[in-house]
Amino acid sequence: MASGYDRALSVFSPDGHVFQVEYALEAVKRGTCAVGVKGADIVVLGCEKRSAMKLQDTRITPSKIGLVDTHVCLAFAGLNADARILVDKARLEAQSHRLTVEDPVTIEYITKYVAGVQQRYTQSGGVRPFGISTLIIGFDDNDRVPKLYQTEPSGIYSAWKANAIGRSSKTVREFLERNHKDDMDREATIKLTIKSLLEVVQTGAKNIEIAIMAPGKLIEMLPVEDIEAYVKNIEQEKVEEAAKKKGGRPGASGSATLPSRGSDE
Amino acid sequence: MEVLLGITGKDFTLIAASKAAMRGATVLKAADDKTRSLNKHTLMAFSGEAGDTIQFAEYIQANAQLYSMRNSIDLSPSALANFVRGELASSLRSRKPYNVNLLLGGVDPVTLKPSLYWLDYLASLAPLPYAAHGYAQYYCLSILDKHHHPDIDYEQGLKILRMCTDELKRRLPIDFKGMLVKVITKDGIKEVEYFDEKPVACP
Repeated sequence: MASGYDRALSVFSPDGHVFQVEYALEAVKRGTCAVGVKGADIVVLGCEKRSAMKLQDTRITPSKIGLVDTHVCLAFAGLNADARILVDKARLEAQSHRLTVEDPVTIEYITKYVAGVQQRYTQSGGVRPFGISTLIIGFDDNDRVPKLYQTEPSGIYSAWKANAIGRSSKTVREFLERNHKDDMDREATIKLTIKSLLEVVQTGAKNIEIAIMAPGKLIEMLPVEDIEAYVKNIEQEKVEEAAKKKGGRPGASGSATLPSRGSDE
Repeated sequence: MEVLLGITGKDFTLIAASKAAMRGATVLKAADDKTRSLNKHTLMAFSGEAGDTIQFAEYIQANAQLYSMRNSIDLSPSALANFVRGELASSLRSRKPYNVNLLLGGVDPVTLKPSLYWLDYLASLAPLPYAAHGYAQYYCLSILDKHHHPDIDYEQGLKILRMCTDELKRRLPIDFKGMLVKVITKDGIKEVEYFDEKPVACP
């Protein structure tokens, strides 16, 4: 099968593929899921958290959501170790930008930079591409318009109203396409983020991480108790909906009403 | 004839810097800010060669903020002072060293201890209860020697600072356009309203 074209990185296969980049996308699909949702005046990142092992100290396990600058937040899906390098490069660029032009980076600028780094690693020798996709959120200086961008290992970047990356991202994206509305308030935005994550996260609140950004404010990590409350609320609604569908037969509740999970893409 | 002054008290550090930006004997600006905040609770005041000062201060500021972003915790004032000293020391041994003198004041966010560090372009570093740079040293250190005490509160600190700036106005031959005063407490850095329009009598 491997006929030599997937050995050297910066080499096309005869039909125009750069295999290593496509393999990197495969690594992204194996990473835990991350969701970004824009509301009317906030933007939310949601992450699936790997459940920690029994003896692991969770206090020092790094999060999948990272701050690039005080007003820019980044979540990724894929190889954790690669992400650390990429996030650090982005942080350096953000500070360097402040030093040279005395202004914080715009979200689009830092997205372009991150995508630029990712592209460089697909075209130079002796390196491999970053095995991560990123969602970058935040607010520009003196601007109240929420921003959400995505970058990919190939160096593509794009703007979204709501998007998901990582494991089962297709399921989540389709869910978002069905349920996203423009001008959602804070509550609705957070709820949609958690609800979309619940499509693919098995274990509920303790495996979800939520970061909220609002204009001119510091990042807000939603406490576990609050996430739990949202999850409870959502599950309650699902139970009621299912009961209604069954033709108001109140007897049919319990395990039958558990949300069915869409099969993997 | 730039003036930098620093005074620590029981729960605060005061940093004062003259407002005149000068080139030779000409005053270019009368509301210059010769300070940069490195993080929420550390402030650096600088004097020296015109281009060097801001270039160096903003370089340090960027590095301090980069550290905060990378490690999600701020460097303490003492850590920053030693970092700055290291940068000055390597600059001193380069082809074109920075000609910058600094005062670095802060309140440690963990121990809540106020601190003040005196640094010069030769990369000397001294932690001090009160400090001055330039000609101000000749006029102010004696006043501070007499009146300063580590346990003074904020009001007393301002009173001593007033004595210092009055003396400077009395004795310095060039008008330094008053002082910009900032205070660092456990709650962060604040600018202090400091009126010094009143003329000072000279014997």
